[in-house]
This record gives sequence, C-alpha cells and structure tokens, in this order.
Amino acid sequence: MSTAASPQSSPRISKISEAVIRIAGNSQDGIQAIGGFLARLAGRSEQEVMTFMTIPSTISGGPSIFQVRIGSGEVLSAGDQADMLLAFYDHSYKAHLGSLKPGGIVIYDSDHLKAEDIPAENLGKYRHVGVAISSLTVEAIGGTGRDKGKNVFALGLLAKMFDLNVPKLTRLLTERFTGKDPKVAETALNAFNAGYNYQLATAPELFQFTPGENVGQSQVVMSGNEALAYGLIAAGVRFGAGYPITPWSDIMELLRRELPKYGGMFQQCEDEIASISMAIGASWGGRVAVTGSSGPGISLKTEALGWAVMAEMPLIVVDVQRGGPSTGMPTNIEQSDLNIACFGGHGDSPRVVIGPSSVEDCFYSAIEAVDIARKYSTPVVLLTDQGIATRIEAFKEPDLQRVVQDITPDLSPVADHKPYDLSAPDGITRHLAPGTRVASGKYPVVTGLEHDELGHPTGSPKLHVQMVAKRRNKLRKLAAELPKPTVFGPAEGQILLVSWGSSKGPVQEAVKLARAAGHAISSVHIKYVHPMPHGLEEIFAGFRHVFVVELNDEGFAGIGQMGGLLRSHIPDAKIRGITKTDGLTWKVKEIMDRALEMAR
Amino acid sequence: MTESAILSLVSQRGPNTSTAPVAPLLDADRKPLTKKEISADHPTWCPGCGDFAVLALYFKLIERRKMLHEKITTVAGIGCSSRFPYFVQAHGAHFIHGRALPFASGVSLSRPDLHVCVFGGDGDAFSIGGNHFTHTARKNIKLTYVVMDNSVYGLTKNQTSPTSPIGFKSKTDIWGSKDRPINPIKQAIAAGATFVARTSATNPNHVLAMMEAAMDHDGFSFIQCLSECVEFYPGAFDAAIPRKGGVFNEVSKEHDVTDEYAAYKLADTAWPGLFGVYYKTQRPTKNANEQAIINDLQGKAAGLEPWQILKKNFERMK
Repeated sequence: MSTAASPQSSPRISKISEAVIRIAGNSQDGIQAIGGFLARLAGRSEQEVMTFMTIPSTISGGPSIFQVRIGSGEVLSAGDQADMLLAFYDHSYKAHLGSLKPGGIVIYDSDHLKAEDIPAENLGKYRHVGVAISSLTVEAIGGTGRDKGKNVFALGLLAKMFDLNVPKLTRLLTERFTGKDPKVAETALNAFNAGYNYQLATAPELFQFTPGENVGQSQVVMSGNEALAYGLIAAGVRFGAGYPITPWSDIMELLRRELPKYGGMFQQCEDEIASISMAIGASWGGRVAVTGSSGPGISLKTEALGWAVMAEMPLIVVDVQRGGPSTGMPTNIEQSDLNIACFGGHGDSPRVVIGPSSVEDCFYSAIEAVDIARKYSTPVVLLTDQGIATRIEAFKEPDLQRVVQDITPDLSPVADHKPYDLSAPDGITRHLAPGTRVASGKYPVVTGLEHDELGHPTGSPKLHVQMVAKRRNKLRKLAAELPKPTVFGPAEGQILLVSWGSSKGPVQEAVKLARAAGHAISSVHIKYVHPMPHGLEEIFAGFRHVFVVELNDEGFAGIGQMGGLLRSHIPDAKIRGITKTDGLTWKVKEIMDRALEMAR
Repeated sequence: MTESAILSLVSQRGPNTSTAPVAPLLDADRKPLTKKEISADHPTWCPGCGDFAVLALYFKLIERRKMLHEKITTVAGIGCSSRFPYFVQAHGAHFIHGRALPFASGVSLSRPDLHVCVFGGDGDAFSIGGNHFTHTARKNIKLTYVVMDNSVYGLTKNQTSPTSPIGFKSKTDIWGSKDRPINPIKQAIAAGATFVARTSATNPNHVLAMMEAAMDHDGFSFIQCLSECVEFYPGAFDAAIPRKGGVFNEVSKEHDVTDEYAAYKLADTAWPGLFGVYYKTQRPTKNANEQAIINDLQGKAAGLEPWQILKKNFERMK
C-alpha cells in the first residue's frame, strides 16, 4: 500500500457537495452493478446523480467503465474529471489515470498492480491507495467468488470512503440479490461488509456529503432507455415491434416484458422492415404503436416510414443513435442521425422529430410524442442517443395517476368520414380504425399512393399539390403550437450556445463555468428538432455568435447537422458549429474552450 | 421539471368525421351485403385478367358469410393484384411492396375481433416479401393470405418473377429464365404454414371453396391461386383449364391433409399439379400464445389500474 501523502493515524473527514467516481475494469466485473447501486443510493438519499458508462461492443470481456457523479445540487453532466478512480487492473489504471483530477485519489487492486510498478511521477500527482481487492474478496466469500464478488467488495470500500448510508445500501443489495438462493444475498453482504470494514486508516482522506437539496422528494432511478419505455407505456402505447440492435434492444426487452401486464404486446420480428410494418399495421388498428432501432436499422425502416407519412398514420419510431455510418461504433455516442430522422426517405416526407435531453425528459418526451402522433396523425421520431440511453439518473417520481393515459380506439359508428378531408378547418387527418361502421357505406382506404380525400389513388396534379401541402401545413401548425425555447442565461451577450438532445446538460454547465469566468455567454436548447418551434430567430438576434454544439461531423459546409438545419431556417453566417466525432460525450471544458476560441 | 407541454387527451374524431347521429343497427337486422355495396373503384386490371375472378369471389365470400361491413379488413402490398383493397368498399390498406404480411400481422395481433385478408402477387409474396412469408407462416399468425400467382411481373411490364418457369422469356431474361422457380406450396409447408391450398382463378367454385376453408382455419391460411396475366404471360395456366384442353386435377380425397411429408410430395406433382387443400394442421396461433401471456400477467395485476401497475415498477426503482 502506498499513498502520496504520509499516512496519518486517522484520516481527516472532508465535507463535499459532489463527487465524481470512475470505476474501471472489464465488462464482466459487474462494474455497471456498482455504478447502479451508487446511483440508486443517491436517488434514495434525495441527491442528484448522473452516470456515464462505456461498454465494449465485443461479446465478452474488454475494458469497461462506469462513472457516477453524485451531487447535493443540480448535476448537469457526468463530470469532466474524476475525484476518485477505482481501478481493477493494471490496464484500467493506465487508461484512466488521466481522467483523475490532480490530487485525486486512486484506489487500485494491488493484486493486479504492484506498488513498485507505479511511476514516481504518478505518486507525486495523485494520491494512491492500494487494496488487495481480489484476494480480500476471496478471503471474505470463499474461493469461487474471485471475479464475482469483488465489485461488491469495492462498493463496501467506497461506502466507507464516502460515508455512504450503509443501511440503505444493505437494503439495496438485499433487494438486488434476493432470488431463489438466499445464499447469494448473504455472500453479497459478506463481500460488502469485508470492503466496508477494511482498515482504510491509511487512506489520505475520507468524505461526507452535505445533505441534498431535494429533501423530501421521492425519486426514481433508471436509465434513459427505461424511462423512454415506461413513458410509452404511460402514454397508452400497447403494441410494439422491433428487431435486436444495440443500444435500442433494452427498450424492446422492457416492452416485451411489461406490455402484457397492460393487455398489450411487443413482437420481435424477422427484420427491421417487418417490425416497422407491423407497428404501422397496429397503429392502423387504432392505437399508436412503437417501433425503434439504432444505426443501420433506422436506414432499413425509412421506406415504411415514408408510407406512414403518406398515409398520415400515427407512429412512434425510437432512434437510439450510435456512431455511424453503417455498423460504425455500436456502443459509442453520436448525434449523426438527425438528418435521417428529419429527412430520411424519398420524396417530401415531413415528420416530427423530438430529441429528449435527459433521462427524465425521455419519460415525458415519450408521452408527448404519442400525443403529437395522435393529434396530428403523423409519425414521430424520438431521437435519443447511446449516452442518454445507458446512463442512469435520478428524477422526481412522476405523478403517475395524472400522466398515465388510456388511448383505447373509439369504434363507435359514424355517419360519414373522410380521412384526408381537404376542407377540414384544422387541416388534420384522422383515421377510423377498422371495425368502425360508416353508415354512408363509404369506407376509407389507407395507402402509399397519392390519394383523394377517401384514400383512393389519384394521378391528379391538383390533388398532389393539395395533399403535399396538407401534410406539410399540419406540421407548421404544430410548430406554431410548440413551446418557445427559452434562453439559459441572459437574453443578450457575445456567445449563444445551441444544444439539442443529450448535449443540453454539458452545454449549460459550460455556460455556468464560462459565466463564472466573466464571459457573456448563454445557451438555448432545441428539444423539438423538426419542425422547430417559433422564436429562435429573435433569440439569436441577441448574440454576436451562435455556436451549435453537437456530436457529429462538420461536413462539407463546416457545420454539423443541426447547424445545417438551423441555417436552412435562419440563413445567418453567424451560426457556426462546434462538433466532434470521437464517440465520447462532451466534456464541459471542451465546449467552453472551443466556444471561447471561436469567438476570439 | 420537464412535464409535457402538450399533455392532453386527444380525440381521434374531428371535423373530417360527420357528427350526424347514427341509428343503431342490430346484427339481426342486417341483410347480407350485396355486390353493389361492397364494390368500390372499378378494377384497373387489363380485360381478361384472372384477378377479376378472385375479386368477384371475395365479394361472394363476404356475401355468403354475411360479414359485417365494418369488419371486412383487406390488406395488400404492391403489384397488379395488390390493388385489391381499392376495389372493395370496406376498410382497406395498400401498403408497401412485399410487406403486406407484417402490416396485416400488426392488425391481426392487435385486433383479434377482425379477420384480415391479405391479397398479393408472386413477386410481393416470394421475392421482396419472401422473408415475411416464412416468418408469418412459422409464427402461425391468424390471417388469410391469397397469392394471385401469374408467374410474371405485370405492373412493371414483363420481368421474370420467382415463380416464372425455366425457359420463360421476359424483358430481364430475353434468352429464357435459367433460375429454378419457387414452389409456393412446398415453401409454405416448409415454413410451417398450418393451412396450405392451391386453386385457379379459372375455377370459381373451387376458389370459393378454398377461401371458405381458409376463413374457417384458425391460423395462417395460405392459398396459391393461379391467375393468368393475359398481357405478359398469356396461356401460362392453360394446362389446368379443361376447356382449353388442360386438366384440373383435385387433390385426392384419400390424401391425409395432416401428413406434412405426403403434402410436400404431392406438391411435386407434374405440371399443372393438383388443386385443393394440401396441408392443414392445428397449432396454437401467435394470437393465442400472446393472449395466454396477457391473461397470465394481467391475472397477476388483477384489479389494478394501468398507473398502479406502473407505480409498482417505479417503487422498485427507488
């Protein structure tokens, strides 16, 4: 065991308001499980929490990390630099030491990394605590648990280090591991206690969180994918169809498991095309259905999506973006599907695209997407990303009694009906579900061909003009009804950062950081990507520079995909892009530095 | 914090639906629909096309079965025959090329009160939609699929289809097709279809008998119906038309329709082959299997409102 500072008899206890802890090891070490426990503990302790993880796309093994940021105040990002690194291996130590703040603490498994192998320069820069995690775990729970229990042992160490609430953690562990075999929970608790009771007397410092702000507020802790799937259930979606692909699959699996409880179902299909087709069929059946995918799966769905635009069928398409094109970087983050989400497919095919910005926003955006799909009879793409999908956050428990809705189709007979009524004052198409009697005896048809008001095909140039306009205008109407974006920070200044999707948190944190350093910088977040709400032009007018921060390539025009979209609405050369394609989430400082540099 | 701004219950009825009151109509008061009531657009098919007969027999089926107007659900993909839904005065969907089956599956699974009839051609079924044919059959999704097989691409004007025989000359095989054609009956049996029949548009009584048997089947019912394209493959099925010197041989009454291997072998009968039910078996439908899962899980959540079921999940996420 070695520490940079000289060992003290009892380490001092520092009060902290937040901490960033990075746990690094291999994917089979149960790192996500420790991160998950920490996140849920924070949620139960009414603290804000945000996590970040990377998972290798290989089938088994490979380095993996989980970073958790726990704060007593508002947490907007997973943190640029870690206060503490827990490294299971030599390679985890080497790869992640750089993510640690100077003076930060690294706990390493001294069974894998020998104290004498640590370069002297590292000892001077970071505070090292070596713990024989592997062998101590074996000692605590027996020979078979070598790889299995060390994550829980490490959780015990962290509990001691940060004075975490042991009764709450014990309850979480018991809940998690209580299954068929009671021994499993007992073993887990043994490993935890061994870690917790380990003599950390040589640790340089121990920590204690100041109480959270949100005291008394009941919080739920889940990933973005979970929040989105539960949001769809809350919105009344009872049918879904999909095909396995990372990182969308979690949503599919959850809906498959949960929907039957509500009388619904989710179908795993033979391919991406079948899954969107089946969902559209179910939507026509009378109740908005969902399909979803990631990466190449979205490309495959675009023809059927075009049909849903043409037939004006409500539909939810979830796109959990990952690195592209083609198979690309399946387990990395990218926001490069904006163009396909808005414009993918042949012909003029306007549809709605909404980009949730946080785990909580995934839940509510799903409900909103369903409402919009129904009200405007349109497909809605929910554009999330790998980062938001896999990270875990705590948020205020929704008022379920209020938000959960029923959208059972109305099959009561009607006198007459024209789905594509051109004279309808609101200009919006509505469908009758099959099974609805039409007393006039004139039944509607839904089709991908250009059609008349009853859905029968037409080659009339006049009708095509009118129907194209009808499909566009109803979404213009939606744009006018969308809530106007609001500026984060003063309404006037030098720099306005524009965020969309999951970049909202890091962008707002960058604004806070730069404002604290005296810069006149604000930000605006665009949640409704397509169509866009009104009011952006007025907001942009208050700033000298407008920088669109997004995780995609700057392209031939030197601006990212959202930047291009904005320029098509507001043709102003002051709109420029801050983009990157390293497959990693934004670091707050990275955004701030680049914005200040570009404005110079 | 980020609660929906638009959150509201949205009615699916609006100004494009007449608000005039509708007199109740008891099922007992209903008369069988007439051909006039169930015909919509005049078919766009060429004069002499076999598809006219299939349409006329669908009308006959509706009439004979006293189907309720609003329950008639007709789905198709793309192709000449797939124009079908426009010609039926009932709820219908004309979907994209090759994907009528998954679309219809979505309707069938979410609306057990409807019997979905899917119509399409050989290109739609066995070429672009080949994958869906296999999986809809093996999952035994309850619907009826009538493939109007003319062994040529007609809508795109004379290209080789997956059922075109070897030697067939088309714009894409000017020297004659060399590819072994698909045998739809064998394909269906191998895929796990639970009702497999073959008929020809030139024998109306037989078509109607097959359609009725298919409607009665609880599962995926497939009918291959030879339907001549007079424009691009005239005379394709003459060998099965007695008045043109051919033979319309029916599957023998002795054939055991539950014998998968016998059915498969029967499908190899020399051209023009046999007509009738080749294979019929009972296997739980996807619809029934899903309903069993629903019943089981809903039983466990008995008496709970949807929000309370969700609340139980959220309790575990604290």
